[in-house]
Amino acid sequence: MAVAAERISLRATGRSRRRLRLNRVMEGVAVLAASVALAALGIVVVSVVVRAWPALHVSLFTQTPNLFGGPGGGISSAIVGSALIVAMATGMALPVGVLAAIFMTEFARPRVAAAIQLFLDVLNGVPTIVTGIFVYGLLVIGHLQSAYAGAFALAVVMLPLVARATQEVLLLVPNTLREASLALGVSRWRTVVGVIIPTTLGGILTGTVIAMARAAGETAPLLFTCSIFAPAVSTDVTHALPNIPVLIFTYSEQPDPALHQQAWAAALVLMAFILITSLTARGLLARSRRKLTHG
Amino acid sequence: MGNRSDTISIDVAPVEIAQRRHAPLPENREVVFDVQDLGVRYGATTAVSGVDFDIYRNMITAVIGPSGCGKSTFIRCLNRMNDLVPGAQVDGKILYHGEDLYGSGVDPVEVRRRIGMVFQRPNPFPKSIYDNVAWGPRVLGMRKDLDERVERALRGAALWEEVKDRLKRSALSLSGGQQQRLCIARAIAIEPEVLLLDEPASALDPIATTSIEELMHGLKRDFTLVIVTHNMQQAARVADMTAFFSLEVGEGRRTGVLVEYDATEKIFTNPSDQRTEDYVTGRFG
Repeated sequence: MAVAAERISLRATGRSRRRLRLNRVMEGVAVLAASVALAALGIVVVSVVVRAWPALHVSLFTQTPNLFGGPGGGISSAIVGSALIVAMATGMALPVGVLAAIFMTEFARPRVAAAIQLFLDVLNGVPTIVTGIFVYGLLVIGHLQSAYAGAFALAVVMLPLVARATQEVLLLVPNTLREASLALGVSRWRTVVGVIIPTTLGGILTGTVIAMARAAGETAPLLFTCSIFAPAVSTDVTHALPNIPVLIFTYSEQPDPALHQQAWAAALVLMAFILITSLTARGLLARSRRKLTHG
Repeated sequence: MGNRSDTISIDVAPVEIAQRRHAPLPENREVVFDVQDLGVRYGATTAVSGVDFDIYRNMITAVIGPSGCGKSTFIRCLNRMNDLVPGAQVDGKILYHGEDLYGSGVDPVEVRRRIGMVFQRPNPFPKSIYDNVAWGPRVLGMRKDLDERVERALRGAALWEEVKDRLKRSALSLSGGQQQRLCIARAIAIEPEVLLLDEPASALDPIATTSIEELMHGLKRDFTLVIVTHNMQQAARVADMTAFFSLEVGEGRRTGVLVEYDATEKIFTNPSDQRTEDYVTGRFG
C-alpha cells in the first residue's frame, strides 16, 4: 500500500519571499543605474552628432577658418595644432612617466615607492586650471604664449596617468621572470630593458594612449599657455598654435551660428579621436595580457 | 622455541638506490663550495643556522628535508639570490673556490653568471624558444656562433629534437616539462660552472620528472649540480651526496639545521643520525 507523501512546497514563503522581492528590486535599481550611465554618453554623442552634422564636410578638415566668420572654412589649423601639441606633450610625459614607474617598481625601496605614488596621485588630482596657471607663471610670463608651453602643461596632466598605468602593468610581471633573468648573471637594468619592458610594452602603450586621449581634450591648461585664433596652418611651436579645445571654447562664444556648428563639429572630431584611441588602447592591453599568460 | 634469525635486523634500504654511490675518495675531492657556519635571518626570524659542509665538483648534491627546513633558503645563498629578498641577512661564510661569496667587492651579478639556477616553477621569458636561450649569451657578450650555442644548450637539455622545427614559436606554447628543460637550456647556455636546481620537478608530472632526472645524470659531466628536493626517492635516484636538513623546534622558534651530510647510499641505508633515519624511513616529514 503506497503511503501518500505529504506535499512539500518549494515556493518561497515568509522571510525568503521577502528576500526574493528585495533581490528583484535591487537588480532593477542596478540595471537602471547602468542605463543612466550609458544614456548620459548616448545623449552627449547624439546631440553632438546632430548639431555637428551641417558643418561636417571634407572642407572642415582641409580648409582653414574664414577670417571674417560666416559659413564655410574649416578647422585644419586647429587639428594640426592639437596634433603637434599632444605629440610634444607625449614626448615629454612618456619617458619621464615610464622611468618613474620603473624606478618605483624595480629599484626604489617600498617606502620610497609609496611616497612617489602618493605624490603622483596628488598631481593627478590637481585641477588642470591650476596646472595651466602654474605653467603660465613658469613659461609664459616674460615670454609669449607658445605651443611648447601648452605641451608642457599637458605633459604635467599626462605624467601621473602614464606613470601609474605603467606601474600597474609592471606589477603584473611575475617576480619569477625577474629572478630568471638575474639568475643568468644579468644586471638589473638589463633585466628591465631586455625582459620587463618588452613584456609590458602593450600595457605601457595603453596607459600612454589613454593619457593622450585625456590630454587632447584638456582646455584649461591651454587657455593660459596656447590660446590664439590664428587662421593659418602653422607648425612653429615657439608661437601659440590654434588647437581644438580652445577653438571650441572661442567659437561657442561667438554670435555666428555657422561658427557654433563648427564648434560642434570640432567637438565631434575630438570625441572620435578619443573613441579611436581608447579602442586602440584596449586592443594593445589585450595583446599584452595574452603575451603574459600564454603563447 | 624462537628462531634466532627472526631477530636479525634486515638491512634493506627504505628507498631503492639506483646506483651504488660512495663518498668520493679524499684525493678526488675538489671542493667547489665550502660552507662555513652559514645562517640566514629574515628580520628577527632565523631560517637556517649552523650549516657547515663542502660541495664537490662534478657531483650531484641533493638537499632533502621536510617543508620549511630552509632548503630553498640555503640554496639561494649559493648564488646570492637571497640578496633580492628585503631584510634577508646572511651570516657565516660560503667559500667558492676559496673566494668568499659574501666578501666585500664581490659582485652578485658576476656570482650568478658562474652559478646558474633553475627554479621550482618553469619560468621561461615570454619570448621565442630561440630567444629564451640566446638572450643570456647575447646580453653577456657571447655573440659568436650564437646559433650553435643555442643548439648545444638545447641538446644539453635534451630538448633539441622536440623544438628544432619551431624555434621561433613562443616558449609559453611548450608543455610544463619542456618549459623546465628550456629553463635548464637557458641556464647552461651561458656555461656556468654550477647549476642550482630548486625543486626543479615539483611542478611536473612523473614522465617529465623522469626526463629531468635523466638529464641531470648527463649534466654532471660538465657541471656541478646542487638540487633541492622534498622527494626522497628523487634524491636517492640522482644524487651522489645527500644533505639532510631538519627543523629544530624550541622556544616557539623553528630553525632549519643541517643534520647529516654523506654519500647518498649511506644516508638512505645506514644514516648515523636518528632523525635522518626517521625521515628516510618515512616516520615523519
